Amino acid sequence: MGEAIIQVRNLHKSYGDLEVLRGIDLTANRHDVISLIGASGSGKSTFLRCLNLLEIPTKGEIFVQGRRMPLSNPENGPAKVTSERELREIRAQLGMVFQQFNLWNHMTVLENVIEAPIRVSRKSKAEAIAHAQELLDRVGLSAKADVYPSQLSGGQQQRVAIARTLAMDPSVILFDEPTSALDPEMVGEVLAVIRDLAGEGRTMIVVTHEMGFAREVSTEVVFLDQGRVGERGAPEQLFGDPQTASCKQFLKKVL
Amino acid sequence: MGYQDIKYAVSDAVCLLAQDTTPASFAKYCPRYIDGILVTVELLLLSSFIGFFIGALVAVGRVSGGPSVRSLAWAWSYVFRGTPLLVQLWIVYFGLGSLGEEQLGVLWPFFKSGWAVGLAVLTINTSAYIAEILRGGLATLPPGQYEAAVSCGMSRGQAMRRILLPQAIRVAWPAYGNELILLMKGSALVSTITVMDLMGQTRSVFARGYAMETYAYSAVLYLLLALFLTLLLKMVERRLRVGGYP
Repeated sequence: MGEAIIQVRNLHKSYGDLEVLRGIDLTANRHDVISLIGASGSGKSTFLRCLNLLEIPTKGEIFVQGRRMPLSNPENGPAKVTSERELREIRAQLGMVFQQFNLWNHMTVLENVIEAPIRVSRKSKAEAIAHAQELLDRVGLSAKADVYPSQLSGGQQQRVAIARTLAMDPSVILFDEPTSALDPEMVGEVLAVIRDLAGEGRTMIVVTHEMGFAREVSTEVVFLDQGRVGERGAPEQLFGDPQTASCKQFLKKVL
Repeated sequence: MGYQDIKYAVSDAVCLLAQDTTPASFAKYCPRYIDGILVTVELLLLSSFIGFFIGALVAVGRVSGGPSVRSLAWAWSYVFRGTPLLVQLWIVYFGLGSLGEEQLGVLWPFFKSGWAVGLAVLTINTSAYIAEILRGGLATLPPGQYEAAVSCGMSRGQAMRRILLPQAIRVAWPAYGNELILLMKGSALVSTITVMDLMGQTRSVFARGYAMETYAYSAVLYLLLALFLTLLLKMVERRLRVGGYP
């Protein structure tokens, strides 16, 4: 057992009467790669977006390296962010990679990567650029530093987005279906980068539909079913010998 | 050399050139037309510049303020876009201004100056339009742009300044160009509150001889000004055009 980077306790999320998450617990230790799988509508993405409070959970607690996400006690009305400053500090530790890349279109690739280190971590420009060039090199895009996102393919944009996240040196990276918006021929290049990160022991939580990838890189696979953890376990166990009927059925459909 | 001297120098140079190249009825009053244009340009530059910042603030308040800020920002746009510029000018200059020195106290120097009132009203009026234009621009941005910013630990203000507004301005630029031209034409109304802008000077020249071509000269000068502004806007647009905008 390593050091817990993220701990989630009894996370709930409702939109009006619709309960999307119904009490999820999860612990990610250092060097863990946790894949979240499940049918669409099972709450995978919502869960991930609750972790850095892009969605405000209705109930539950989240700890990032022991620090509690600044949420008010839901017993007294709806949960609210209690400290913007603390939230910002914790978010800087939680990298996020989106399905739609979300690169900033008015900035070059390099500017995208150095923006947060300069504005948030207060790094010097020279330092940020040096680090960014290393990272772009790593995702194989050092030649594209001065072009704009619209001039890149989807796969290239997603690799830049990963470099942008790495530039903040996060202690955990959240991937929200990182390959779902890509043309099939570009999925491989992005997965290769993520696989590489897993190989160096990065702590990651990945929402994905790529079962082969989940099986190969994960230390734990969590199957979400209607807002609850339907089943969890080591990849060979969960994919090889699923215990619950719903997980069996889901795997039969996607494999 | 002060600002006034520069204005005279410009006027002298242009009118020397106009001496032999333009009709006598224009050349005779050339310095007045040029003076008028300079006042119009001055009002335009100042009001569009200050109005832009106020408009940006109002737009930001409109999309990310609390309930009271939102309604205030909405009211700002609604009131100043919903009433004629002429009425706004007259309310401040003739309406409030009629309270006189005793009641207005330290504010009197402002209310008695047609130029200052004209500038303030033009600024507020254009800021209301700019706010709506920018709000429209902000609304076109995908939410992911903001989410990516705050996910990196940026504050809401940083996300607005660094990520959202720069993109909203690019999206909104053509609409803004339109507003600037409308502002230029609307600015002629300040001549009704004693400002000697291009329209003010034109009226005074006309009063001196009722020469029928007087207003035609003014129209041509406004047209040239519009051409100049269009070119200026295009130039800025080219600089803004990165990464597929617009």
